[in-house]
Amino acid sequence: MATQQTQVLGRALLTPAVALLFIWMIVPLAMTVYFSTLHYSLLDAETWSFVGLENFRYFLTDPAFLTALRNTLVLVGSVLAITILLGTPLALLLDQQVVGRSIVRLMVIAPFFVMPTVSALVWKNLLMHPVSGLFAWVATLVGATPIDWFNDVPLFAVILIVAWQWLPFATLILLTALQSQDEEQKEAAEMDGASALSTFIYLTLPHLARPITVVILIETIFLLTVFAEIFVTTGGGPGLATTNIAFLIYTQALVQYDVGNASAGGLVAVVIANIVAFFLVRIVGRNLEA
Amino acid sequence: MLNAVREVIVKHVLSALLGAATLLGAAPSVAQTSLTIATVNNGDMIRMQALTNEFTAKNPDITVKWVTLEENVLRQRVTTDIATKGGQFDVLTIGTYEVPIWAKKNWLIPLDNLGPDYDAADLLPKIRDAVSVSGQLYAAPFYGESSMVMYRTDLFQKAGLTMPEKPTWDFVIDAAKKLTDKSGGVFGICLRGKAGWGENMAFLTAMSNSFGARWFDEKWQPQFDKPEWKKTLSTYVDLMKAAGPPGASSNGFNENLALFNSGKCGMWIDATVAASFVTNPKDSKVADKVGFALAPNAGLGKNANWLWAWNLAIPAGSKKTAAAEKFIAWATSKDYTRLVASKEGWANVPPGTRTSLYQNPEYLKVAPFAGLTLASIDAADPNKPTVQSVPYVGVQYAAIPEFQGIGTSVGQQFSAALAGSSTVDAALAAAQTATEREMKRAGYIK
Repeated sequence: MATQQTQVLGRALLTPAVALLFIWMIVPLAMTVYFSTLHYSLLDAETWSFVGLENFRYFLTDPAFLTALRNTLVLVGSVLAITILLGTPLALLLDQQVVGRSIVRLMVIAPFFVMPTVSALVWKNLLMHPVSGLFAWVATLVGATPIDWFNDVPLFAVILIVAWQWLPFATLILLTALQSQDEEQKEAAEMDGASALSTFIYLTLPHLARPITVVILIETIFLLTVFAEIFVTTGGGPGLATTNIAFLIYTQALVQYDVGNASAGGLVAVVIANIVAFFLVRIVGRNLEA
Repeated sequence: MLNAVREVIVKHVLSALLGAATLLGAAPSVAQTSLTIATVNNGDMIRMQALTNEFTAKNPDITVKWVTLEENVLRQRVTTDIATKGGQFDVLTIGTYEVPIWAKKNWLIPLDNLGPDYDAADLLPKIRDAVSVSGQLYAAPFYGESSMVMYRTDLFQKAGLTMPEKPTWDFVIDAAKKLTDKSGGVFGICLRGKAGWGENMAFLTAMSNSFGARWFDEKWQPQFDKPEWKKTLSTYVDLMKAAGPPGASSNGFNENLALFNSGKCGMWIDATVAASFVTNPKDSKVADKVGFALAPNAGLGKNANWLWAWNLAIPAGSKKTAAAEKFIAWATSKDYTRLVASKEGWANVPPGTRTSLYQNPEYLKVAPFAGLTLASIDAADPNKPTVQSVPYVGVQYAAIPEFQGIGTSVGQQFSAALAGSSTVDAALAAAQTATEREMKRAGYIK
């Protein structure tokens, strides 16, 4: 049992580490808050001035902002839906005893290890290109007109690429969960004459609730900041069709060199992420406490 | 154990001290200057990089380090470096867009020390103007370009058409429609559609000039709500719908070059530097079937041609000015042109900067496009780019710091109109609002 003395000593010894972590976190944040109140363009660096909340007003009233917000939510939502709806059956399949299971598993998980820029390039030039891509080739084989993916359905094309990258993650998490499922329970259900479907609905699905929550939480964190796939394939366009919040901030900071506005945008993004996280934890996070 | 540690420390400290001593003692005799040069990954610059040995052989006291980047990345790196006074680079590769803006901010060193062999009077007047501010040279042009029409002589012959020397837009549109054979994979015209101030907006701004449009009036009021812009954009969108390749909204210079070289375009209006690529049998399937003409006009006295040059410049505050000047003088001199010619042939020398090149019979013999390149560069006037008067300098851009951002967001809108996800009217209205917002924020208009 720790005496008061050792407790105090323990805290004192922890202080440097905590202080370091705190500085590590607070300095960049403080800088961002500071910059967000300045009219500060890199191209006109000598005439910066304090403008208060002007940058926030400017960023939030940007005609592109609402579109970007909508695109962000559509992107996150669709990718989540695809990865979970496809990931669950995939995990169930991979859980079966089949020949060469480890190889199949490796193949299924592989896309997760491809760098986002690389996979975006592969999809853009080798698969989805309307003249020389694989899909266009298949389409002409069966006599259909090739889809001009990044022109006609740009956001959907980006969603496909991102979902392809994140599907292995969902599958992997769900697969590990399946493997911890109680075999005896399943056997008992079988002996009671339960169909495969009802076994899935009443036994497997409740068992998967928690890992699905984990997938949703972790994927949301990463999907809110999808950037490379958009940058490589569509550059946010055509128009604003594929501009998400992360990309909007990039265009503010690096194309217009507007530090103040980009900082304000960054803070808005932090707030949005927190709002999303708040609701997520409320809706799905409850599963984690059970 | 402790002894060993002490030994190591002593050895290191001693060697460091010794090193410092030799450096101090020997400094005057072997002063090595290391230049860091930032450049863009275009063919002509890659060639310059390969020829660096010729420069260092003549200047044994200078070593050269290259940072070669793609255009957009280079621009970001160089701009952030010079704006934050980072001092990473001793020589910068910058476009004609940056030169007047940066020179006015005193970010560049005036280039009046390029040596007796440099011959600044030989520079093409339009290009020299573009890299000077009040008559003072701030950057040395490495290669220069305008835009022109490249077309397939065989397809024109088959269709019974003759390309005039100075085509009008009406002719170009009509010809593009006649040349299009979508089932045969031939499209009448390939034009830039990828969003970006240096991509689709370079072409569209040049095109709009020929239709009498302008970016801003004398009071910096954006002009996208005027009929001239509407005519420009609707002509462009209609033309591309009728006679352009699929996926045009993501085609930039390189994509169109690939399309043209593989025989898929009847016409292509783009940079004059492309001429040497499309006539090079190594890269182009149609090398012997390419003709050239001036960029189209609409009878208003302006052609749809632009003016651009990649230049070498020295950032203010550089501590290696003398060495940087030596390098720039070498890379942009007549001798360098001769050096490239002797190694790679006259067709591959950097074009568009010097009058003497266009008087050189050896060059004219291998470059059928030389005359038109020169005529196109001459036809563009950065100081008076449009039919009506404007407060800015620059043909296919307005040389103000805000233009990169505005140009790119307007380019986004116009690429949406081309993709069909937005109408011409909606794109123009959005461009007008966005530009007005930006210009108000930057304090040009109240």
